[in-house]
Formats: sequence, C-alpha cells, structure tokens
Amino acid sequence: MERVPILKIGPTLFVSIQIDLQDESVVRLQEDLADELARTGAKGVIIDITAVEIVDSFIGRMLTMIGSISRLFDAETVLVGMRPAVAITLTELGLSLRGVRTALNAEKGLALLTGSS
Amino acid sequence: MPELPIQSGDDVVRVRQQVRVLAAESGLSLVDQTKLVTAASELARNALVHGGGGLARVEVVRSDSGKNGVRIDFVDEGPGIPDIDLALTDGWTSGGGLGLGLSGARRLVDEFELTSKAGGGTSVVVTKWSR
Repeated sequence: MERVPILKIGPTLFVSIQIDLQDESVVRLQEDLADELARTGAKGVIIDITAVEIVDSFIGRMLTMIGSISRLFDAETVLVGMRPAVAITLTELGLSLRGVRTALNAEKGLALLTGSS
Repeated sequence: MPELPIQSGDDVVRVRQQVRVLAAESGLSLVDQTKLVTAASELARNALVHGGGGLARVEVVRSDSGKNGVRIDFVDEGPGIPDIDLALTDGWTSGGGLGLGLSGARRLVDEFELTSKAGGGTSVVVTKWSR
C-alpha cells in the first residue's frame, strides 16, 4: 500500500494526492492526518486532488470524514484542484461532499484558510 | 478479453486502470471515461467487499449503429443480493457506506444489467458508449 505524504508549512498541513488511490491508502491518510493535527495543532488542511482521476463514493466519504475530523481539532479542510470531469461525475453519483470547503487551486485554498482564521 | 481478478484493493486499482485504457482507446470523452472508471471502481469494490472477491472482464464493443463502447462484466460468487430493487435505492446500504455505490454506478453508465440470487453470486454488466 502506498502512503500519501503530509507536509506542514506554517499552521497548515498540505496533502497532495499523487497516487492512484486504493481504499486502504485513503483510510491510512485519514489516520495520519488525525495524528498530525493532534501533534502539530495545525489550523488548516489543504488537500490537493489535481492529479486524482476519479473520486468514487468511498473516496468521497473519506474526504468528507477528513473534513469532520479536522473540525474536531479546530482545523478547517479545503479541497483544491478538482478536475472538471471529476466534479461532473461526483454530482451525478449523488455525492455533495457536504461540509468540505473547496477552492480552485492551492493558492486560493490557502487564502481561504488565512482569511478565515 | 482480459479477465482481471478482484481479490484486493490493488486489484480494484488495476481494474480502474484497464477500464481507463480501453475507454480512451474506444474514443469515449474524458467525462465519459471518468464516469465509466468511477462506476467500475464502485462495482469492483462491491465484488471485493460484498462478494468476497470476484473478477472483471473488460472489452471494447461496437453497437449496431457503429458506435464504440466499453463493456465490463463483474462477477462474484458471494452471498448474492436478496432484494435487487432495494439494493438499487439511493441511500440504502448493507454496511457503513453511503448507499450510493450501486445506484450511483447505474446512473454513470448507459446500460446496466444486474443478475443475482440469494446464495448464488452476483453479475453486473455495464456498458458505456461513445457519443
């Protein structure tokens, strides 16, 4: 199983998903992020999915859960870089990713976090 | 026709990759490729989680009107689905999921055929046509 690295830059954790996600990798990412949030006291999480070709219901549910878990650590999650084809497919699938903020790219996501903190 | 095993999370990723290659080859648009690969991901996971593992057959097909498409047949020998109508209802789940896997996969493809009987395994055949 491949793991997704988490980078801490200032008060923000950056996650850029560059692998073809299997379920175990997403679950692991969720656990690793919770650990990092507890350890660092980060105030924001940016998840970059520019390279992610599909988000199915399981991955979508995990992303929503990451948003909820972050909030329990007083941190906000912003999902950035969603591909247009992924957005169309997610909507048709019936997934709204409720509770997760989104931004066009990492730069705008970071601005969203610093503006709201 | 390639026959792909579905016995692990890695296998689910391999099924997605194979579907992506054939969908691109048969001329599906990027959005349609993404829809088909997403549906394949849902159905491969179902075969793994609910069917105890299975296999996928992926092939390029051609319609009577000359359109190219991709057909995938997911087969498992699991416990089967006792109530297919219920299983295809949005939000109904047998486990801890969102209940969108099967119903969502059906929305993402052009043709969807589910055969299952309690105790007798499940087969789902889906097809997506190029436009």
